Amino acid sequence: MADATPPVIQIQDLTKTYYIGDLAVPALRGVDLTIQRGEMVAIMGPSGSGKSTLMNIIGCLDTPTSGAYALDGADVSGLSDDQLAEIRNRKIGFVFQSFNLLARTSALGNVELPLVYAGAPDRRQRAIQALDRVGLGDRINHRPNELSGGQQQRVAIARAIVNHPAILLADEPTGALDSRTSEEIMAIFQSLNREEGITVIFVTHEQEIAHHTRRVIYIRDGVVQQEEGVEAPIDAATLLAHRVALELESEESTSEVPA
Amino acid sequence: MNLRQNLGIALESLRANKLRSALTMLGIIIGVAAVIVLMSIGSGTQATVVSRISSLGSNLVFVRPGAPQQGGVRQAQGSAATLTMEDAEALNDPARAPSIALVAPEFSTGGQVVAGNRNVSSRVVGVTELYPDVRNYTVSEGEFIGKQNVDARSLVAVLGSNVAANLFPDSTALGASIKINRQQFRVIGVLASKGGTGLGFEDDVVMVPISTAMTRLASQRSVQGGRSVSVINVQVVNEQEIDEAKEQIAQILRERHRVTGEDDFTVTSQEDTLSTLTQVTGVFTAFLGSIAGISLLVGGIGIMNIMLVSVTERTREIGIRKAVGAKRRDILSQFLVEATVMSVLGGGTGLAIGILISRLVSGMTLNGQPLVTVVSPEIVALAVTVSAAVGLFFGIYPATRASRLHPIEALRYE
Repeated sequence: MADATPPVIQIQDLTKTYYIGDLAVPALRGVDLTIQRGEMVAIMGPSGSGKSTLMNIIGCLDTPTSGAYALDGADVSGLSDDQLAEIRNRKIGFVFQSFNLLARTSALGNVELPLVYAGAPDRRQRAIQALDRVGLGDRINHRPNELSGGQQQRVAIARAIVNHPAILLADEPTGALDSRTSEEIMAIFQSLNREEGITVIFVTHEQEIAHHTRRVIYIRDGVVQQEEGVEAPIDAATLLAHRVALELESEESTSEVPA
Repeated sequence: MNLRQNLGIALESLRANKLRSALTMLGIIIGVAAVIVLMSIGSGTQATVVSRISSLGSNLVFVRPGAPQQGGVRQAQGSAATLTMEDAEALNDPARAPSIALVAPEFSTGGQVVAGNRNVSSRVVGVTELYPDVRNYTVSEGEFIGKQNVDARSLVAVLGSNVAANLFPDSTALGASIKINRQQFRVIGVLASKGGTGLGFEDDVVMVPISTAMTRLASQRSVQGGRSVSVINVQVVNEQEIDEAKEQIAQILRERHRVTGEDDFTVTSQEDTLSTLTQVTGVFTAFLGSIAGISLLVGGIGIMNIMLVSVTERTREIGIRKAVGAKRRDILSQFLVEATVMSVLGGGTGLAIGILISRLVSGMTLNGQPLVTVVSPEIVALAVTVSAAVGLFFGIYPATRASRLHPIEALRYE
């Protein structure tokens, strides 16, 4: 937010090339991107545009072929696997389209996982706090198969924020959810971004979801094609309140799946 | 990530796949149980042999005639008739041989023993009055051959319990008259049975005074000289002085026999016999153990197999763990602990089953010989250590594979 602090993500001329046998397949062909601390950014693009590759590199799950990437002011492009694991653990929270929770582990256990690998104390207490933050304080002992899709995604968000990361990355976080649940998830993201200043970056292919942010970045053929500023981003909480009011009025809530 | 959490994860994962875990452990269970049972039989045999040798008497040294040189040709050991009663008496010298407690020469021959219309073929041993003390015999009826019998070359005999039972099944042997090689002897005593503790032939014996045996019975046997003894049994004062006793015996006999080159006698201790037999049974035990070890190896390969399947099946889980910050060694130790837990649980179960089976087997007889099993702490420690090591060793490859998975590929895996 303030200009004095370095941007949380600074990417210059980033490329990534995959090799299938002798065939070189470029996924990113020189991406420049700067994201300031506290921003909420949506990344859009058709499939095969390289947006997932970019997310993986931003999330330190993958390494670039060339180019510079500074996360939180520190260069991370040349780190080893274990060093990247530590960065992922301390600075990055992930939310996936398919939730990616451990199936045999309770919500609490899933949220504790990053703390376990961080060797942090007070794991249980901190995990419960994170689950409270996403409104699942009463479901801590449920396993993923005992939770709805929206609840599972909230567990995933709690897991992502439990270590107080610098950035929260979400790859199509609402892709597997209906519109109302999607709105609830977006409300959580907006609240985390506004109230706790967490930088949120998410990939989506729905214009409506992208318009919950002020800044939308379009990726095509491995480069940033254009950026769009959103004048009045949708406020998920207001929208939800509005919908609830409408439902109460018309009592046509049968088509909606409660979270 | 500490060991307790890894243990928790491992147990949870084993619980989640109960049948598969049980089948995997079965390999280790069978392997460890086989090692325990076979090695306990081996050690049982060893213990039996040791106790039987020990029952012959303690701290024994045997002096036997050596191999004579005749015209440069070495004859068979023991075929020389070089040991005499005088040699035996010379050994009984506290001044020159302080380590020797008792000396009991014997003269062994065989003979037809007849009582009434019954007859048996038996070993006939000429002995002195000290023989029972040295060789752990006790008399159950009557008395043993006395010094006066030896001095007087009396025609008296003491029967081994088997011989007495064969010749006098219904009546007492004591006072009866028997014939050994057509010579008339009076039975003055019957020996107590050594039973199952001995080597099996100690009860098939007839004992007579050594002087009588050498003069009256030796003529039936072509022995050079006739007055030589077969073995001089020597009891050493205590276990520590066996080597000294052997040296003292050798010195006295070399002097008496004017030995210049190779000794014409051999001195062996019971310990020598024991160590040879222990070695043989030790090889036997190791052989049985290694056969069982092969099944343990097969069990270990089974663990590796299942762990590889498990790693593939849980690729996505590994991806999730890596995405939230698990390092290589976290994943490595998770799978290593899982493999080790499986093999240790299998090892423990195998141990219990093995001990149970060896208890059951312990009472059974094999070719008329009772089977004795001994489960020693060493065997238990070996089986448990080896099974844990097997799990660790065969867990390394799958665990390494898991730890090297790329997080993105692991997350995409369906």
